[in-house]
Amino acid sequence: MDLIKEHPILDFQHGKKVKFFFDGKAMEGFEGEPIAAALHSNGVVIYRETPEMKRPRGFFCAIGKCSSCFMVVDGVPNVRTCVTALTEGMRVETQRGKGLVPALS
Amino acid sequence: MRQTEVMVIGGGPAGLSAAVEAASLGCQVLVVDSDLKLGGQLIKQTHKFFGSKEEHAGTRGYQIADILFRELEENKDRIQILSNTTAVGYYKEDGVISCVTGEDEYFRVKPQRVIMATGAQEKMIPFPNNDLPGVYGAGAVQTLMNVYGVMPGKRVLMVGAGNIGLIVSYQMKQAGVDIAGIVEFMPHVGGYWVHAAKDRRLGIPIYLRHTILEALGDRFVTGAVIQEVGAKGGLEGEPKKIDCDVICMAVGLTPTCELLWQAGCEMVFVPELCGYVAKRDNQMRTSVPTIWVAGDAAGIEEASSAMVEGRVAGLNAARSLARLMDSEFDARSSLYWKRLSDLRAGPVGEKIRYGISQACCGSWEV
Amino acid sequence: MEMDMLFNSGILTGERPGAVKPPQELWETKQNGLVIIECPQRIPCNPCHTSCPTGAVLPFEDINDTPRIDYSKCTGCTMCVAKCPGLACFVVDLTYGGADEALMKLPYEMLPVPEVGAEVDCLNRSGEAVSKGKVVRVMEPWKDKTLVVHVSVPKALVMDIRAIRVVK
Repeated sequence: MDLIKEHPILDFQHGKKVKFFFDGKAMEGFEGEPIAAALHSNGVVIYRETPEMKRPRGFFCAIGKCSSCFMVVDGVPNVRTCVTALTEGMRVETQRGKGLVPALS
Repeated sequence: MRQTEVMVIGGGPAGLSAAVEAASLGCQVLVVDSDLKLGGQLIKQTHKFFGSKEEHAGTRGYQIADILFRELEENKDRIQILSNTTAVGYYKEDGVISCVTGEDEYFRVKPQRVIMATGAQEKMIPFPNNDLPGVYGAGAVQTLMNVYGVMPGKRVLMVGAGNIGLIVSYQMKQAGVDIAGIVEFMPHVGGYWVHAAKDRRLGIPIYLRHTILEALGDRFVTGAVIQEVGAKGGLEGEPKKIDCDVICMAVGLTPTCELLWQAGCEMVFVPELCGYVAKRDNQMRTSVPTIWVAGDAAGIEEASSAMVEGRVAGLNAARSLARLMDSEFDARSSLYWKRLSDLRAGPVGEKIRYGISQACCGSWEV
Repeated sequence: MEMDMLFNSGILTGERPGAVKPPQELWETKQNGLVIIECPQRIPCNPCHTSCPTGAVLPFEDINDTPRIDYSKCTGCTMCVAKCPGLACFVVDLTYGGADEALMKLPYEMLPVPEVGAEVDCLNRSGEAVSKGKVVRVMEPWKDKTLVVHVSVPKALVMDIRAIRVVK
């Protein structure tokens, strides 16, 4: 993870380290921190692809307002990964297009 | 449906100050905040604040947040806080506010009074490839770096030399990120001169009268092209290629005002306040008598004044619920307005003073 | 025009209200040095005054005033150096060391923390290394992570040097 190891002012208090999956690949992040931050620290910067132009989209506003970081999380599309907390074993996938609504169970 | 006396929407400097003020005067307060962590932009600020002692000048932003958290704790019997909760709808007919926690847990609140402290969002400027991953808002870079300790990139081009662009560049240096430079369209920095001086002596170039032409890269940012702008706004000289993996946008903020529109508050476009804002009286009350505004939602300014506006809004909400004597109200109110007028008195406050003169109607009573 | 653009980008060019040199005679003889404040813009800020234990930074009539200094009261204590949100205060002691030497007390909020005795790069207002300096002391006056680094520098460069960089 590409984390800030030393900082002249701040001491970072990270939560519990958890394993999650990005497009099937196992990665590590901190529980309770935004999914987008965990992905970024693992070097992942492309989070979705737009429906028409197939343009890549990534992190942008980090306050849940711009929709740039929408991803499929545990099968649910359009999750704002900048304000959704990472949990153990989460399956995070690149969202292509609008995303399919999961079948109602 | 939840009930509360005062609902504060937004848990940043303005909202938390409003909540503490109203609760300390005896009101039951509900605070909703959309983020995972409370404190808004304050928790991302490693620099010491300006202003006077009353605004905690000389204390770092994230430590001012800690002071507000302690005040919340002191009033915890009367304050309920819901994080990761966004207020998404205001129903005019009955004043009900709908909220969602996370992505799918919806609920409704019926508040007696509302304080809108919804803050601001980043502006964007057009240029080819401005949608590439790696073009990040300055607030987002701060979140990654100063809240979660994640490196935003290796080499960053900053666009905009207002206070945010200047401060975030300095903060990136503290985190060990290389800064390729700061691009500014105007012939002078827009932020405080001392912030620019801090950056310059660390060797960060500031390209005045320059603009970004395009972001380079196929799937993510691999560079940028910038060029000089002449006195009349046309391009001059040769384009310069900048190596960078992040382009950080600090080209201004605009008030977050969707709920105010939904509530039917009278709105006015004020360029000096950076967008649409609610018309308000001289106590921050909107045209809807149960709604007050505070902080960047009322016009883009500094966190120091946002905290004082929050106090004003909280104080007025409490008075409208008959929680204090007129004499105490007058004493507190005049103190807060004195502090605001001091903060806005200088040349950098000129724009704000003019903007407020356009948005403030004095009094709603006829 | 060129000078204006330089100033407009955050580099001091000449004296201005809020950015003046101490009186030379007093400066030459004042042990522990005198403060130089480079704060030429009217902004709402006064911690240099409120943090000053001797009253050398005069009271502000309007919080937007630029700082004014009564140099007869300045003791070079660096409380303002470490408190100023703009890191715009620096202490220069011309009485320190040999004839060509001076001591500068500079604010520092970066990593790595300089070690006493280490040789560091001395940077001018645009970040260029203009000389080497030797770290004499590292203080933390307010215990708030803003350090004040005491560096011995060439006397001729005290109006150029404004920061240090630790050489790895």
